[in-house]
Amino acid sequence: MAGSPVPVPESTVLLGPADVARVVDRMAHQLIEKAGDSLADLVLVGIPTRGAPLARRLAARVEAFSGARVDTGTVDITLYRDDLRLRGVRALEDTVLPPAGVDGRLVVLVDDVLFSGRSVRAALDALRDLGRPRAVQLAVLVDRGHRELPIRADYVGKNLPTSRAQKVRVHLAETDGTDEVLVTEGAG
Amino acid sequence: MKRHLLEAADLDRADATLVLDTAAQIDQALAGREVKKLPTLRGRTVVNLFYEDSTRTRISFELAAKRLSADVINFSAKGSSVSKGESLKDTALTLEAMGSDAIVVRHSASGAPHRLANWVRGSVVNAGDGTHEHPTQALLDAYTIRRRLGRLDGVRVAVVGDVLHSRVARSNVWLLTTLGAEVTLVAPPTLLPVGVGSWPVTVSYDLDAVLPKADVVMMLRVQLERMNASFFPSAREYSRRYGLDAVRMAALGDDAIVMHPGPMNRGMEIAADVADSVRSTIVEQVGNGVSVRMAVLYLLLGGNA
Amino acid sequence: MTTIVKGARVLGGDPADLLLEDGRIAAVGERLSATGATVVDADGLVALPGLVDLHTHLREPGREDAETVETGSRAAALGGYTAVHAMANTDPVADTAGVVEQVWRLGQQAGLVDVVPVGAVTVGLRGERLAELGAMADSAARVRVFSDDGHCVADPALMRRALEYVKALDGVVAQHAEEPRLTVGAQMNEGDRSARLGLTGWPAAAEEAVIARDVLLAQHVGARLHVCHVSTAGSVEILRWAKSRGVQVTAEVTPHHLLLTEACAESYDPVFKVNPPLRTDEDVHALRAGLADGTIDAVATDHAPHAVEDKESEWASARPGMLGLEQALSVVLQTLVEPGLLDWAGVADRMSVRPAAIGRLDGHGRPIAPGEPANLLLLDPAARVTVDPAALASRSRNTPYAGRELPGRVVATFLRGEATVLDGKAVE
Ligand SMILES: [Zn+2]
Repeated sequence: MAGSPVPVPESTVLLGPADVARVVDRMAHQLIEKAGDSLADLVLVGIPTRGAPLARRLAARVEAFSGARVDTGTVDITLYRDDLRLRGVRALEDTVLPPAGVDGRLVVLVDDVLFSGRSVRAALDALRDLGRPRAVQLAVLVDRGHRELPIRADYVGKNLPTSRAQKVRVHLAETDGTDEVLVTEGAG
Repeated sequence: MKRHLLEAADLDRADATLVLDTAAQIDQALAGREVKKLPTLRGRTVVNLFYEDSTRTRISFELAAKRLSADVINFSAKGSSVSKGESLKDTALTLEAMGSDAIVVRHSASGAPHRLANWVRGSVVNAGDGTHEHPTQALLDAYTIRRRLGRLDGVRVAVVGDVLHSRVARSNVWLLTTLGAEVTLVAPPTLLPVGVGSWPVTVSYDLDAVLPKADVVMMLRVQLERMNASFFPSAREYSRRYGLDAVRMAALGDDAIVMHPGPMNRGMEIAADVADSVRSTIVEQVGNGVSVRMAVLYLLLGGNA
Repeated sequence: MTTIVKGARVLGGDPADLLLEDGRIAAVGERLSATGATVVDADGLVALPGLVDLHTHLREPGREDAETVETGSRAAALGGYTAVHAMANTDPVADTAGVVEQVWRLGQQAGLVDVVPVGAVTVGLRGERLAELGAMADSAARVRVFSDDGHCVADPALMRRALEYVKALDGVVAQHAEEPRLTVGAQMNEGDRSARLGLTGWPAAAEEAVIARDVLLAQHVGARLHVCHVSTAGSVEILRWAKSRGVQVTAEVTPHHLLLTEACAESYDPVFKVNPPLRTDEDVHALRAGLADGTIDAVATDHAPHAVEDKESEWASARPGMLGLEQALSVVLQTLVEPGLLDWAGVADRMSVRPAAIGRLDGHGRPIAPGEPANLLLLDPAARVTVDPAALASRSRNTPYAGRELPGRVVATFLRGEATVLDGKAVE
C-alpha cells in the first residue's frame, strides 16, 4: 500500500508544490557542483516508494542544468530490511538498474525522508549485491533527525528538527497527486 | 496472507496475485546477479519434512529458503525416527522445539499438512499431500503461464491425464479458476473423480476435440501401475488416446504452450519431441518454482516473528 | 434392595411411582411407599426401559489401553444401557467358546450392564471358514448374534452357509456390509467432497450391493439377517423393499450416522473417520425417516474406542471408529424426538425392545410394568449438556461430539433394581 494521503486534522504543511520544486532544483545544483567530473558516471538510484520518482526528477533537473545525461534506477529494499518482524510483509517494488549497471560509478541513493537510517543501511546492503560502485552518496528531500545508525546525507533538501512522536510525510505528484511535505502531531 | 499455505483452494484472487507479483519482483531483483542471495530470512529456520521421496521439490524449496538466507534443515522420513514409528505429531513437536519457523511438508496422506498446522505455532507449507493438493506447484504453473502468455484471465487451460490421483490437478483447478482461467479436464472417465461435476471446470474425454481451443496444455504424469488396477487397458492405448505427440501438438494454436509438472514419462503421456519443443515450458517451470517458493516463504515468514 | 422412584413419567406419560424390589418392578402407582426403601426423586424425568446396544466394541481382550469391559460397561450405564453386545473383533478374536465366556465373565464381574458377547462368524474374522458357532451358542455366554464386524463376510457362499447354520441356534448373522473390492484404501464417502479433499472414496454402492445380495440370500434360505450400521439412503430403500417381501431382515443405524455428515471430514481430523463413513445430508435424513417408520429397527452405537495414538495422526493412518455409548440417547433425542419423528414409546422400541428381540435377550426390552425385570433408566429431557471428552467414562477420548451441546441427560440407570447410575454419576 502506498502511504495514506488522508489529511489528518493536526497536519501542518511545511512545504508546498513551489517549495518542493525549489528544493529539488537546489539539490540538483549541489549535485552538479559536487560531482564535478564524475557527472558522466553518476547514477541516481531511488529507494521506493517515493525515492524512485524523486530520483527521476533530480536526474531531469541535473540534465536540464548541466546538459549531461544522467542514469537512474530503483532498488527495492524490502527483502533487505532488518525490521520485517516488526513491520510485517509488504508487496515488493521494482528493482531496476540502468543497462550499464553501477560498477565503478558514482551512485547517489535518493530517498524522501531520512529518519533512523535503517532504510539507507538496507539500500547499501542491496547495492552491494547488485554491483560495486566507485562511491555511494545519499540525497534526501527531508532530514528529520533521530538517527539510529552512523549514516549522514550528502545532499539534504530541508532539515526538519522534529520530535519522535511527530510524523513527517512527503507527498509527490507521481504517487500522491500533489507535492507537499506535512508534519503530523502525535502517533498518526 | 494466512499463516499457512495448505491448499490452493484457500487462496483468494488477491492472495494468489500477491504471490505471483512477489515472485516476479524477486526474479527482477535477482536477474543477472552473480550472488543470488537475499538476507530477508536471516535467523529463520525452515524445515523440509519429507515423508515421500521428491528430490525435485525438496531441492526447489531448499534453494528458495537458502536464497532468502534462512537456515534449512532437511528431515527425510527415510532412515530417521519416523520410520521407527514416531508419529507425525511427535515429529512436529520435536522440530518446533528445535526452533523451526516453518515446516515444508510432503506426505503421502491427504490432509497431513492440515493436521500439522494444528500442532505447531510456526507456518506450514504443503509441498504435496497425498492426492489432495500441491499448491506451490499450481502457483509456479500459474506464474509460468502469466509470464508466457501475459495473462491468466480467460486463458483456456487443458489439464490432461490422471486427474483422480493428481494433487497437481486439484491445486491447478482451484488456483487457475480463482485467477480467471477456464479449465478443461481431459481424461478417461476412470481417471476422473466421482464428484468432478461439482468442480468449476469443463470435463472432456476427447483430447483431440480440446486441443485446438487450448492456450495451455498441462500434461499430468500417469503411473503405469494404474494399468494393473484397470484404470486403463494398456500403456499403448493410453498414449494413443491421451498422450501428446507431435501430430497432436500441431493442432494447437500458434502461441499455445505445453506444460508438465515432472517427472515425465516420455513416450507415455508426452512424446520426447513435444517435451523438448519450443512450446514446452518444462525447464522454465523448474526455475520459476524457486522464485514462487521464495515468494511464499517471504510472505509467510517475513512478517510474523 | 428396595427403591422407590417418585414421580417418573413412564414413556413420557403421567407421573407415577415405581417400586423396585428383588430385581423386579414390584408396583407402578401413586404414592407408593415401603419401609427402608431408597427414594429417588424423578420429578420431571422420563422413565424408559434400559437401553440395549447391538453393537459395542469393548476392546478387551487385546486393547485394554483403549477400553476394558469395565470402563465400557460404565460408559454404557451412564448412557442408560442395561445390556450391550460386545463385538468379536478383539485380540484374540471372539471365535471360540473360551473367548466369549471370558468376555461374558468380565461383564459379570463389572456388573454394570449385561455384557452379551457376539461370536465371530469365521475363524479369525478371516472370511474363510465358519467358526464354531454352535459351541459359542451353547457356552455360558449364550451367543445368539454372530458377526465378523470390521470385516464383511464377502464370500457369498460362506455367507449363505452362515445364514443357514445359525437357524439351528436361533441365531442371527449381523453383517458389516462392505464389498471389499470396492473400498480398497477408502477413507470417506465417495462424492464431491472426497474428490476435493483427495481422500479415496467409499461408494454407497459398496454397502448397498452387499445388503441387496444378503437379503436375497436370507430370503432364499429362510434365515434371519441383521444389517449393521446402515449408512445410505439406498440401503434404506433396499431394506424397505426386502421387508415388504417378508424377508427376515433387521437393521441398525448408529447415532453418528443420524447426526453427522461427511462435511466433518473437511477438518481432516480423524476423530470423524469411521467405517462406514459419514455420508451426505440426504442420507442422514433418509436414515432418520427409515428409523422413524421402522424400516430400520434399532439404534446401535458402534461404540469404537481408540487410543490417542490411533487417532492423533494423519487421516489415512488413523483407525476408523468413534465413541457412542454415552451420547447415543441424546443424539436420538436431538435427531428424532425433538423434530417429532419419534415419541418416547418409539425411542424405547428402537433402543431397547427391538434390539433385545434381535439379540434374543429375555430380561431386557420389557415394559415398565409390575412383574417385569427392573431394567430401566431415568432421563431428564430438558437438560442440555456440552460434551467434554475429558469427562467421559470411556477410557478413550475419540468422541465426535466434543464441544457440542446435546439435549437430555441420563440421571439414573437400574440393572435388575440396582442403581448403576445415580444423579448422573456411575455408582461405585
Ligand atoms: Zn462394522
